[in-house]
Amino acid sequence: MSEAFRTRDGGRIDRTRPRSFRFDGVGYQGLAGDTLASALLANGVHLVGRSFKYHRPRGVVAAGSDEPNALVGVWRDEASYAPNLRATQVELYEGLRAESQNRSPSLRFDRGAMAGLLAPFLPAGFYYKTFLWPRRAWARFWEPRIRAMAGLGRAPTLPDRDRYAQTYAHCDVLVVGGGPAGIAAALAAAAGHARVILCDEQAELGGSLLAETEATIDGMAAQAWLAEALARLAREPRVRVLPRTTGFGYFAHNFVGLAERLTDHLAEPDPQAPRERLWQVRAREVVLATGALERPLVFPENDRPGIMLADAARTYLRRYGVKPGSRAVVATAHDGAYRAALDLHRAGVAVAAVADLRPDPEGPLVEAARAAGIAIRPATAIAGTKGRLRVRSARLVRIGAEGEAGGGASAGETVGCDLLLMSGGFTPSVHLFSQSRGQLAFDPVSAAFLPARPAERCRSAGACRGTFGLAAALIEGYAAGEAASAAAGRGGAPGLGFAVTGAIDTRGGTLGATPHGRDAARVKAFVDFQNDVTAKDVKLAVREGFRSIEHIKRYTTTGMATDQGKSSNMNALAIAAVALGRPLPEVGLTTFRMPYTPVSFGAFAGFARGELFDPLRRTPIDPWAEAAGAVFEEVGQWRRARYFPREGEDMHQAVGREVRAVRQGVGIFDGSTLGKIEVVGPDAAEFLNRMYVNAWSKLAPGRCRYGVMLREDGFVMDDGVVGRMAPDRFHVTTTTGGAARVLATMEDYLQTEWADLDVWLTSTSEQWAVIALQGPRAREVLAPLVAGADIGREAFPHMSVRACRVAGVEARLFRVSFSGELGFEVNVPADYGRAVWEAILRAGRGFGITPYGTETMHVLRAEKGYIIVGQETDGTATPDDVGLSGLIGRTKKDFVGARSLRRAAMAAPDRKQLVGLLTEDPREVLQEGAQIVANPQTPAPVPMLGHVTSAYHSPTLERSIALAMVRGGRARIGEVLFVPMPGRVVKVSLCDPVFFDREGVRLDG
Amino acid sequence: MLLIPCPWCGLRPEIEFSYGGEANIARPADPAALTDEEWGAFLYLRTNPKGRHAERWRHANGCGRFFNAVRDTVSDFFETTTKPGELPPSGGKS
Repeated sequence: MSEAFRTRDGGRIDRTRPRSFRFDGVGYQGLAGDTLASALLANGVHLVGRSFKYHRPRGVVAAGSDEPNALVGVWRDEASYAPNLRATQVELYEGLRAESQNRSPSLRFDRGAMAGLLAPFLPAGFYYKTFLWPRRAWARFWEPRIRAMAGLGRAPTLPDRDRYAQTYAHCDVLVVGGGPAGIAAALAAAAGHARVILCDEQAELGGSLLAETEATIDGMAAQAWLAEALARLAREPRVRVLPRTTGFGYFAHNFVGLAERLTDHLAEPDPQAPRERLWQVRAREVVLATGALERPLVFPENDRPGIMLADAARTYLRRYGVKPGSRAVVATAHDGAYRAALDLHRAGVAVAAVADLRPDPEGPLVEAARAAGIAIRPATAIAGTKGRLRVRSARLVRIGAEGEAGGGASAGETVGCDLLLMSGGFTPSVHLFSQSRGQLAFDPVSAAFLPARPAERCRSAGACRGTFGLAAALIEGYAAGEAASAAAGRGGAPGLGFAVTGAIDTRGGTLGATPHGRDAARVKAFVDFQNDVTAKDVKLAVREGFRSIEHIKRYTTTGMATDQGKSSNMNALAIAAVALGRPLPEVGLTTFRMPYTPVSFGAFAGFARGELFDPLRRTPIDPWAEAAGAVFEEVGQWRRARYFPREGEDMHQAVGREVRAVRQGVGIFDGSTLGKIEVVGPDAAEFLNRMYVNAWSKLAPGRCRYGVMLREDGFVMDDGVVGRMAPDRFHVTTTTGGAARVLATMEDYLQTEWADLDVWLTSTSEQWAVIALQGPRAREVLAPLVAGADIGREAFPHMSVRACRVAGVEARLFRVSFSGELGFEVNVPADYGRAVWEAILRAGRGFGITPYGTETMHVLRAEKGYIIVGQETDGTATPDDVGLSGLIGRTKKDFVGARSLRRAAMAAPDRKQLVGLLTEDPREVLQEGAQIVANPQTPAPVPMLGHVTSAYHSPTLERSIALAMVRGGRARIGEVLFVPMPGRVVKVSLCDPVFFDREGVRLDG
Repeated sequence: MLLIPCPWCGLRPEIEFSYGGEANIARPADPAALTDEEWGAFLYLRTNPKGRHAERWRHANGCGRFFNAVRDTVSDFFETTTKPGELPPSGGKS
């Protein structure tokens, strides 16, 4: 197809570089420098989408990121499919494929348009009220259908294989927005030798200058000045200019998020290159030069394809060399539309009429239009439009002195057109300023909310501050850049004056619905195109009792989704204010939320995907375990071997074999994930006295003790064996998951409560590999490898520790047990972990040494009734609750949590206490977390007596066992209770939590 | 993300820090001498002001040290940060 609507010359497109592309399967031609929107318009294609709710045909409305209608899916292949891109921002490349959304089977014939017929039943908040009866119909009938019909775009079905980069940056001055004000600000800051980042969401910087063909700056044509200014900035080593980069979020303390699109505009992107880059910028000073957005007019049927913003039409003509139609009607309340009318007129587009809402439009542009012979109708509104897939005519009605339009459905004059331009004036883009918590104030002169009191170190300049003239924007931008540079501690450069000619300042604007003289209940005048919200919906929300603008927004959905109120919020606010009978500034704006425009999830995720999503911690012995065929489980960030199945074994069989090996021979276990803290200093013992319930002063060097640590509220926080290596040196171990928390808590007390204690704390979790050797034959395996210590039964009894050498490596050897068997834990420097592990394995070969994993470790400890903090305890268990009150140092006056333990409630006899459970059926393994009741026949709510904390099949006892926390449990031992499960009830008897070797003789083996 | 002035390291981003709750709540020298109510107040009662708040931070992923700060809970801006033992900042009701 030919580009029938391309002008013969002009514009910033490259007429020597044609680009072919497909839209909805149809091939078209465009030019390098086009956006998808401008290329489609060049081919006369206005119909580009169907609306969100009513599936109404929609066309291109805007020329930038404020486009509410032209949302398209673009893809190279399924994995790169990106839905909901604004066609006005999609840069054309050779072979681009795009499709419209929200239509089926095609854009021209859409089944969903039935929704338009159902419109009377789809008012604001319809999903809250229409489909509630009968109740089940919502989930079964309505919701699936509405979901299929509503919503925009579709998610890609394949994983995104593109790369997304992230970077941090610091600068003195960040300038967001590369229009005249932003460029001037960057020039000023650069002249002051500040480090500057200047970003703009478009492919080219320049903003309004890109469509400026008449004005001159400092004697140069505006676009020549722009080119020179950008060249100057490019030469500055301290200035970074980022095109295609949206400042989407303004966070605390001048932390600004920028999303840079790197390859989406390329026909053949380097597959290794990142598709997007997320910039996390910390700026000393921020200059916001985010411009302003033209407001649509809210008149009946203002959403047909071919109805677009006046300045957008001008942009298409001037920047892209595209005539957006052949015969235009212009509806406006602002002078700017006259400039568009004149430009179109000169380009050969017939301008049938300019309907100006104002009674006496005047000024140089109005005069120029009149002189050009354009028919100007003052005090005229649009009462309606016709045309199914493209606007065909507009009906113009006079507005009377009372501000109301002449009545009737056929009053006024029908003017044929294929293009209807509208301008309700310009809304300053205060999104980022507002996100930064800056306060806005309503300016009655410009009828806009403008930045008033910034919360951050930032300045607004240009149109986003309500300063619209080109000269004024340049001067204000330069002054803002200069002040920002000085405030950032850099130089301020003397102010540049900008000599501007040919730019005509414009005025005017209107807010809210325009008069039309028709039955307001029967017309659709859209406020928010993207969310299909009409003026009627906003009024309905007020009628139904919504008073807060925030509630009106949520009820009607106006200003939600990607639009974020860019085109809609001021009109919606004005309509609400009228309906509420309150002044507009009093009603106030809704909160602006980030992102300004949508940011891909990929950019936020960056490299944190797949294996890099969360770092995986591996022990030094992990590679051995992997080679040995271990099945792993994740414990926090650690990957731990769960069991080591042999050929043909399932978990049950493997764990059974591993447990029997430990009970009867010897097992070897990787305990390297244990948290370890080296506590050193003359006051180390005193410090531990205060931190733990236990007494440490009398613990002799070479001995160790199982320690329990409480929070100040008296509940168990962590536990672990603590060995005294020397009078002033303790080797403290913690749970795997609690290591960082314990160290932080210790640091807190040491630094802030007991700064007088001379103690140093060092995390050594990753410095030591820990190899547990457990079982009656453990000593026989280990003894030949140990040098420098006698590990005999008498010389090295249970709960001892020695510094020695194991397999030639310096080690701390503990005699401890978490299995109930004779046990050793060999701590060696992490780098030697695997070598020592393998040395012990070799030494144990003759003893049938068996590697075991965490599952076996759990079964072994449960058979012995040893608790795991976080499994038996849940942050509400005292030491006594879990049977550990014997550890508490009786002579100690105080320790963390001691005072809380003396509260009466902490000694209540009906506290949940640790007990063992035996099921009636020995094969039945309970579910961890299951509730325990006295009588399952009790009518609901059945009193809960407790819950199962651990449940396993015990290979040693050849039956199931469980641990539980039960109210007054110790006094109930011997009783029968019940565990209700879905469809059945399990009978259990309470017993001592130690199931095996209650006397502990095996520990002393 | 806040910028927090560590008294030892200077301005650093919030991700390097952990929050330590309200400042100037000293652990009683002799907890045993306290009534349950007094002990409960020490454990749980905080001023939670709107505005100036004296609080503790730890430069956990930096120098590791605790310090005191006065932060405006409305604006999230820090007024001062001080090393422990320096003149304690006052904030909130305290």
